[in-house]
Amino acid sequence: MTRFRVSVHILPRRGLLDPQGKAVGDALHTLGFAAVGEVHVGRHIVIETAAKDAAAAEASVRTMCERLLANPVTEDYEIAGVAKE
Amino acid sequence: MKIGIVRFPGSNCEDDAFHAVVDQLGEDAVMLWHKDHDLQHSDVVILPGGFAYGDYLRAGAIARFSPIMREVADHAESGGIVLGICNGFQIACEAGLLPGALLRNDVGYRSMPVTIRVEHANTAFTNAAKVGQCLTMPIAHGEGRFAASDELLDELESNGQVLFRYVDAAGDATVDANPNGAMRNIAGVCNAARNVIGLMPHPERAVDALLGSEDGLVLFESLLVAAHA
Repeated sequence: MTRFRVSVHILPRRGLLDPQGKAVGDALHTLGFAAVGEVHVGRHIVIETAAKDAAAAEASVRTMCERLLANPVTEDYEIAGVAKE
Repeated sequence: MKIGIVRFPGSNCEDDAFHAVVDQLGEDAVMLWHKDHDLQHSDVVILPGGFAYGDYLRAGAIARFSPIMREVADHAESGGIVLGICNGFQIACEAGLLPGALLRNDVGYRSMPVTIRVEHANTAFTNAAKVGQCLTMPIAHGEGRFAASDELLDELESNGQVLFRYVDAAGDATVDANPNGAMRNIAGVCNAARNVIGLMPHPERAVDALLGSEDGLVLFESLLVAAHA
């Protein structure tokens, strides 16, 4: 078994109102970043886990996302990285 | 009737619920510790408001894995009444006992009185009320925006599972009457079997005129009607 650090991004599902993202986007516009379009605020979770290889580590974290880390009704997740410890 | 009130780490409305059912309703109640696997033969289980587990990750996401939630799910599965108020509603949704999800409000944390309209009286928590009856009670939450897919919302409407809607003084479900951006002004729902009920407003804080409203009493009195039916 090898130790891995798996990063996962969890974001509000597209199309659902994201009040945090909207507030941040409005603030960026106020600061003069006129080119900014939609902004989304989510969570970034880093999990250290043991697995036989990177694919198994990622699969394990995907299961964690389905069961706990992301709400299947309102959120989407993406694995942002899998690195050996 | 015996009412069990689950105390999670971070619950803060369990004493209000206890006051409502014991002092105002005159029923027996018992506090249930979230780590126990024992409902102590409660007829009704209340998941109270608060910030269980600090609302870490998402409101209710961790609390749903508390040991006692297995017994709560069994109780619900066998037709027992479960009532989720505010954080308890969030926990029930996370646990899959109720449909939909509760997202961050569109305008941040809201603590204020609201008016809700009773949409259906055929549940254990609404049967003493009249359809269309408007009740005033407080809300106090930052994540109460009810959300579901359009298909699920349509299904909830056609099944009569939308129990409460935020309305204005005239009883209309307007945008201005909606305190958190909830889809279709939904303040509370029940499951398909109608024995699990959740709502964001706090009826247990509206059981005494001294505290501004006793409109919540009719909902708790419904539990008595259900028990004696």
